[in-house]
Amino acid sequence: MRSALAVVLTSCALALVGCEKKGSAPPSSGGASGGTAAAPASGGTPGVTGDTILLGEVGSLTGSEATFGISTRNAIDLAIREVNAAGGVKGKKIDIRVYDNQSKPEEAAQAANRLINQDNVLLILGEVASSNSMAMAEKAQPAKVPMISNASTNPKVTEIGDYIFRVCFIDPFQGFVMAKFAHDNLKVNKVAVLRDLGSAYSQGLADVFERKYTEMGGKIVARETYTKGSTDFRSQLTAIKRGSPDAIYIPGYYNDIGLIARQARELGITATLMGGDGWDSEKLFELGGSAVEGSYFSNHYSPDDPSPRVQKFIAAYKAAYGSVPDSLAALGYDAAMVAVDAIKRAPSFDRAAIRDAIAQTKNYHGVTGSITLDEKRNATKSAVVLQVGKGKTKYVDTIAP
Amino acid sequence: MSDFAQHLINGVAAGTIYALVALGYTMVYGVLKLINFAHGDVMMVGTFMGYAVAQKLGDEHQSTLWGALLIFLVAMVGCAVLGFLIERFAYRPLRDKPRLTALITAIGISFTLSYGFQLDIPPLPGAAPRAFPEIIIPKEWLIVGDRAVVIWNWQVISLSIAIGLMLMLQGLVYRTRFGRAMRAVSFDHRTAALMGIPVDRIIALTFMLGSALAAGAGILYAIKDTAIQPLMGLYVGLKAFVAAVIGGIGNVPGAVVGGLLLGLVEEFVVGYSSSSWRDAVAFGFLIVVLLVRPGGLFGSVTAEKV
Amino acid sequence: MPAWLRGLVPVLIAIAVLAVLQLVLGEFPFFVYLASIVGVNVILAVSLNIVNGMTGQFSIGHAGFMAVGAYTAGKLSLLLKDVAIAGLPTMVSDQVQFVGTLLAGGVAAALCGFIVGLPSLRLRGDYLAIVTLGFGEIIRVIVQNLDMFGRALGLSGIPQTSSFFAVWFCVFLVVLVARRIVGSTHGRSLWAIREDEVAAEAMGVNTTGYKVRAFVISSFFAGVAGGLFAHFVPIINPGSFTFVKSIEVVVMVVLGGLGSTTGAIVAAIFLTLLPEALRTLFLQLGGLGAGASLAQKVDQIRMPVYGMLLVILMLVRPQGLFGTREVWDVLPRWWPGARKGIT
Repeated sequence: MRSALAVVLTSCALALVGCEKKGSAPPSSGGASGGTAAAPASGGTPGVTGDTILLGEVGSLTGSEATFGISTRNAIDLAIREVNAAGGVKGKKIDIRVYDNQSKPEEAAQAANRLINQDNVLLILGEVASSNSMAMAEKAQPAKVPMISNASTNPKVTEIGDYIFRVCFIDPFQGFVMAKFAHDNLKVNKVAVLRDLGSAYSQGLADVFERKYTEMGGKIVARETYTKGSTDFRSQLTAIKRGSPDAIYIPGYYNDIGLIARQARELGITATLMGGDGWDSEKLFELGGSAVEGSYFSNHYSPDDPSPRVQKFIAAYKAAYGSVPDSLAALGYDAAMVAVDAIKRAPSFDRAAIRDAIAQTKNYHGVTGSITLDEKRNATKSAVVLQVGKGKTKYVDTIAP
Repeated sequence: MSDFAQHLINGVAAGTIYALVALGYTMVYGVLKLINFAHGDVMMVGTFMGYAVAQKLGDEHQSTLWGALLIFLVAMVGCAVLGFLIERFAYRPLRDKPRLTALITAIGISFTLSYGFQLDIPPLPGAAPRAFPEIIIPKEWLIVGDRAVVIWNWQVISLSIAIGLMLMLQGLVYRTRFGRAMRAVSFDHRTAALMGIPVDRIIALTFMLGSALAAGAGILYAIKDTAIQPLMGLYVGLKAFVAAVIGGIGNVPGAVVGGLLLGLVEEFVVGYSSSSWRDAVAFGFLIVVLLVRPGGLFGSVTAEKV
Repeated sequence: MPAWLRGLVPVLIAIAVLAVLQLVLGEFPFFVYLASIVGVNVILAVSLNIVNGMTGQFSIGHAGFMAVGAYTAGKLSLLLKDVAIAGLPTMVSDQVQFVGTLLAGGVAAALCGFIVGLPSLRLRGDYLAIVTLGFGEIIRVIVQNLDMFGRALGLSGIPQTSSFFAVWFCVFLVVLVARRIVGSTHGRSLWAIREDEVAAEAMGVNTTGYKVRAFVISSFFAGVAGGLFAHFVPIINPGSFTFVKSIEVVVMVVLGGLGSTTGAIVAAIFLTLLPEALRTLFLQLGGLGAGASLAQKVDQIRMPVYGMLLVILMLVRPQGLFGTREVWDVLPRWWPGARKGIT
């Protein structure tokens, strides 16, 4: 009796394996036209079935950087809805498949894998965190699938290959922005740096800041590290306090910044806090409370920007989702629109043609500014410096490259 | 010098929380010889219960004395009930089975609780961290020098609550009939049963007590570190368990000493070297202690007689 | 047939079968990827079964050994990326290097297994569990602190030289080793330790020695699994080797039945494919609306379901699916190599 059960279960498991083999051929919704094989199409166009164009998106919808992923997804959905309402692209409607990577790079790579090999998308949008984008790019580049990151600022992302693009500025510029702000606007001479060991973004940005700031004549009085996800930073902050800095540069993600700010004030540190675009999230206010008010960070756009394009986007986003869009949303919107624009300009739906069209993006007027992709496939744009207020940010300054 | 003092304060603050959670581990191990892996996650549940109550009370009421007391009470009672349920339905049926079975069950419950709370299905909180509301309005209590060392009122209150709970537990275990019954059961539960002690009830009450303590620790942790999220119990629980083992598992004062030691060692290692070694400190400390004194600092190794 | 040849026959058959499968199915990248993930989990489960099942110890730090193997093999591959062995065509040279790095990863992991095993295996069950968990975490933290392993960001750009054949040949090897151990006197000692360690010691079995040996063999294969893993995922970082991964492997072994290699294989395949199958199912059911969000939820729901699975399993059927039985116990007598192992 029992051995029969064992045999039955074994055969069920093996059957499941057998089923999976067939299941891994492209699913019926939005797959390659022509051919049943899951092999990258040599005949047939990837990403296009009938009158639907399938795009892919990977975002951190859960986990420590959840607001990034949710903002991005909302904005991309908004963009696609607008495009489809206006008649689509070349007579076809756009569809998008979204996968969650739980804020983890290895999950991002797996999601990219699925989008490329199982769902056969035309191109991939994402991600925000540079570590995640790099993992995805490592899969997208060899498979020759164009990828547009909306907000990854670490230069290494686009260095992975010529199919990887981004619509935002890169950290060599962003680090310079805050260094200049600290030196020229805040006029501080002693700065401590607290970096996140767990993210490529934080490491890269901190390195650039330190270099540029010392070039300008400033002094780095303390260097400490933390790992994202920790809750107790008092040890490192106490060590920083010993150096008596006038300001502390913390290029990390909003989750940790809130706690760091609180604990810094608790320890009696009065230094001004500064950071980068990883701070941009509505959660920052909740987690940081009054401790984070008065701090400054560099960003891609400001909701205070009076230009009509920006205000129209903010109004549409607010109507759809009930909140003011952050820079990740604005960049996500731009990334989606750039992709659509490229598909419109490309002579065919072939991925290589789309790639070339993206590379030729020039003076595209996006919500976050004018986007021109240079030969390294990065966008050259200005940065804004925002100050953290009570529940919202305040525009302070623009710094051009 | 001042940062040494500050490190000391930080370490003690972290250590008392480890100590409170370690007490629960050590008590349960004493009576059941079981590592209750789920203990840290019970703490997490308590913290979220407190959070829910605070939300209901609203900004005004949550920072009054009665509001804060209510938050603690609800969390501790809620966790006591949770502890009772876990013991009754997951551990009791396995009382006579090999200990490995119960250990696996404990791991199962731990994962169910922590990852279950991460789901986005209301009323489950979801994975994103939330800020625990300020139930004690922060005010500086003592400032040394030019803000060289700052001690806040809530730090003092937290420490007092922690010490108060530990003293209550000490009184309970060593001066009451229930405490004596508990010690008897942990010494030899078969003989205790023969002596007329209701072993099942004692074990259930021990569980409830340990869980209530964990809930208290959870609220104190939330006051200290503000951010709460469903996975917070996993690592705190693990480290508290390490603290309990270091002190000698089954030994109540040992758990307290172990907790404080661990908090201090972690703080100083991170403060004077790099933060990236933090997670390794607890386990490294554990391995060193186990190699030198296999029974823990205050424990004793009992030889297994055949 | 001479004995040594008889022993070689299964290996030759395996090579032939796998080569055919590789030719036929190697063209589907997603299938290869899925099969590789399944294969790695099978190797992990079967190797952990040697310690947890056959020897009755409770080791929950397996992911640490996998990490050692992955990083060693990955780093070596990165260093040898532009180096080819003279006189051989590039592809062959790549594969030879690949095998070399796998062996290096396995040996490094085995060494760690020895270092971890020697002091820990003198501890009692519960303490051993915590110490192995601790070692797993310490290994992860050490890796996270070394610049040469990319610190928290990990290693990327490792040449993806793994293949269906490579992974499943290693699966075959670990199952063969497990099978041979079970049927040998070595295996009998391990089972004795599992059943009653004090009695075994009294009967003259050097319990610590056997336990350490089991640990070393088990970690060797975990290291090989890690090495394979590094060669088909684009990036490895400490986040892939946390104790959550260790627990996942423990769930597989416990579900399959502590002590049953067949059980470990079946459970590993089942638990790896289930979330993929569910995800595909939900996507096909619901297109982009409810189906898609359910599909995203699959990964989230997987973990608490594992937890409940463990609890229910321990309450209802603690011996798992197969208990301690193996599939080769029920094979007919004439099936080549069907010997009775330990029941």
